[in-house]
Amino acid sequence: MLFASYGFILFIGLLFIVYYSIPKKYQWQLLLGASYLFYYFSGPENLLYISFTTLSTYAAAVKISDMHRVQSQYLASHGDGMSREEKKAYKASVKSGQRRWLLACLILNFGVLAITKYSNFAIANINWALGALGSGTRVSFLQLALPMGISFYTFKTMSYIIDVYRGKYPAERNPFKLALFTSFFPQLVQGPISRFDNLSRTLFEQHSFDSRNVSRGLQRILWGFFKKVVLADRMLVAVNTIIRNPDTYQGAFVFIGMLFYAYQLYADFTGGIDITIGTAEVLGIKVEENFKRPYFSKSTAEYWRRWHITMGTWFKDYLFYPLSVSGPMLKFSKYSRQKLGDGLGKRLPVYVSTIIVWFTTGLWHGASWNFIVWGLLNGAVIIISMECQPLYDWFHGRFNVKDSFWFRLFQVVRTILLMSAIRMFDCYRDVPLTFRMLGTMFTRFDAGELSLEALLGLGLGLPDYAVLLLGLMALVSVSLAQRSGSVRDKLAGKPFVVRYAAYYVLIVSILVFGAYGIGYDASQFIYNQF
Amino acid sequence: MARKRILTALITIALTASSLYILERLLMPKYVSAIVEGSLVEEYYSEDKNHDVIFIGDCEVYESFSPITLWEHYGITSYIRGSAQQLIWQSYYLLEETLKYEKPEVVVFNVLAMKYDQPQKETYNRMTLDGMRMSLSKLKAIRASMMEDEKFVEYIFPLLRYHSRWSVLTAEDFRYMFRKDKLFHNGYYMRVDVRPVQTVPKGRKLADYRFGERAYYYLDRMVELCKENDIELVLIKAPSLYPYWYDEWEVQMEEYAAKHGLLYINFLELIDEVGIDFSKDTYDAGLHLNVTGAEKMSIYFGKILRDTYRLKDRRDDPELSRLWQQKAEFYYAMKESQYRELEEYGYLKSLGARPPESTAAD
Repeated sequence: MLFASYGFILFIGLLFIVYYSIPKKYQWQLLLGASYLFYYFSGPENLLYISFTTLSTYAAAVKISDMHRVQSQYLASHGDGMSREEKKAYKASVKSGQRRWLLACLILNFGVLAITKYSNFAIANINWALGALGSGTRVSFLQLALPMGISFYTFKTMSYIIDVYRGKYPAERNPFKLALFTSFFPQLVQGPISRFDNLSRTLFEQHSFDSRNVSRGLQRILWGFFKKVVLADRMLVAVNTIIRNPDTYQGAFVFIGMLFYAYQLYADFTGGIDITIGTAEVLGIKVEENFKRPYFSKSTAEYWRRWHITMGTWFKDYLFYPLSVSGPMLKFSKYSRQKLGDGLGKRLPVYVSTIIVWFTTGLWHGASWNFIVWGLLNGAVIIISMECQPLYDWFHGRFNVKDSFWFRLFQVVRTILLMSAIRMFDCYRDVPLTFRMLGTMFTRFDAGELSLEALLGLGLGLPDYAVLLLGLMALVSVSLAQRSGSVRDKLAGKPFVVRYAAYYVLIVSILVFGAYGIGYDASQFIYNQF
Repeated sequence: MARKRILTALITIALTASSLYILERLLMPKYVSAIVEGSLVEEYYSEDKNHDVIFIGDCEVYESFSPITLWEHYGITSYIRGSAQQLIWQSYYLLEETLKYEKPEVVVFNVLAMKYDQPQKETYNRMTLDGMRMSLSKLKAIRASMMEDEKFVEYIFPLLRYHSRWSVLTAEDFRYMFRKDKLFHNGYYMRVDVRPVQTVPKGRKLADYRFGERAYYYLDRMVELCKENDIELVLIKAPSLYPYWYDEWEVQMEEYAAKHGLLYINFLELIDEVGIDFSKDTYDAGLHLNVTGAEKMSIYFGKILRDTYRLKDRRDDPELSRLWQQKAEFYYAMKESQYRELEEYGYLKSLGARPPESTAAD
């Protein structure tokens, strides 16, 4: 079921009525049923995958948690009579048992993700290698459908099992509650990748009808629909025209396509998250933010702290840090410092971890070399920035421009352009073509090509461009207003007529200017595929 | 305080709903120039509903019979509930709906629609269904007619379908938001222009000549509906030269009519008797009849209706006479206007429905 569909609107409408009509103690069970129903609509076979992930994670987490409990009880009753070494040996044996359960769970679930998402990518590479070696043998591709949202729910549950292993919180004893955490439907499509301790606080609570929550949730949903249906889906037409015709659209058009795609992706992804958070809010559930005005970032590193925040923190907490303090990496760090000194020798292990994390991030986004290169380029930009830090420090010591508006604007524009350029690897069909097209921005750039006639040839009419321009102004205005606090809070303080006018304009804009219905292709959210 | 809040909420809801309705009216296609056929179904509701004969079917009925001629020659009151490419399930539900307003003596159905067993095109669906008033019949007609990519809710709230017209609105859309000029003559779409038949395309071979099960299902229901309401059902095939009417189809219709005791007339076999001259009586080379052709057909068919079903001559009813006199005046005024346009421009600029100047300003 697509978010931007009549079915979804009907679904949440009915759920809302039933949710606040039944006894509160049954609300979370209803949500579980609704989530599985939602998932069922995406393909009944997908229920098997999500159920497998839930059950395997549940069993492993309970086992690990039991070991924690047994260890605590044992040490409480026998600890006084044990030497420090005995305690250490006992803890190590418990840890080893827990690690086995953890590894089994991780291997099983990442294995399912790998098989469903990456096996054909691997086979394509194997076939390419066989061809390069002159072999006529080819491996057949697997006919496996990618279960909707598998990357999101796998990451959610694996963060849960790792947290339980780390003793951050005990395992959830009710398998159905874990099933709800895994399958909570607003998050299934494109995240955010919530942590169990954060989400479970409100997910299993009893919620009374609160008109303020409901109203705020609806506002957020409307804003999300506006971004998705009016802006992103409209921009999609022009973006597709450019990227699907690389022989026709080069140079200045690649540049325009790059900016258009930056606009489209932002409106699409943040719009989807708005719908997710708004839907949860209507049901009284708090889901964390996934964006914090990313296009106002002044550097790549800052950008990644503000864009798809929950993915970034997941990789930081569950890959970057463990990798950085892992045995092999500590050994490498020691070796590196001995050979290269305290400067580069200290930074090199961090860079290696960074590259591994960004390689994995790229792979998480999609099973193709495009995404891997995209990830590696992001990592490279961050490393280059870190290496250039002394240069920046020198520059800022010499020129006092750091706090000037124009310099900050330059930084923001530079970050947008850099991120947008790297993101073109999402768009074109392969890596060489992407490099070639990016190259034409420098070798074949002719601003004169961007005539009105040519822009209209991208599939959008003048009224469409007007809508997109007004939409852009609305996005920027809202982002600027957000810097001094929640726009919804500000709106709530206005007279009724002003609030009503704001809602009305938003509703009418979606209904009238939305790129939906016959004549428009219903497009999935871009992040659905991840 | 609570009362004030409730009142505010009600006013807000009313304002929102009414403004969305206005928006919907603005954005819906008006079908008052160029493609006027989309207004056919809707116009019925503003007419009197006291007819001896109801015609249902596709363009072959609304172009082949003139109710004014039927009235003038036989005193028969009739209405054509036709629409472009009207599919048989749409004909059935339009008839079902019509019977809620009136009970005619005779229903005439043009059988060309039997060739379609599945929905064909959203555009034609819309031209038939959008004009229907909300009723159970309409809802059932929508369900039966929808193409795969169509959404039920978009028929209930047409704003959801036509929202993208905001960028192509014209003065016409504003002018005809809530009212339309009368365009038809009891469902008859007048055309006075002539485009003679040059050649008649041969029908291409079909893999299967049998009418579909779905088409028969609705024809059976139509027969049943007429029986239940004590109405005579007449099946006809209008004298259009194409779409090609195959002999195999003819046999099936003859057999069906015989089996159910219905009168079936294939006017393609009566072209000489009716007096149709395809060098003069068609405006699009044999696909549809023009006004002279429709008048000839009405004179011929009116006699059959009168003699077979003993339909009374109602011209002695003063009230009806007055009403039909007005209709006739409109009919002849439009006819004259169309001939004038034809003479002036060489083609029908406004179809005679409005002065050409107003169209030119659109």
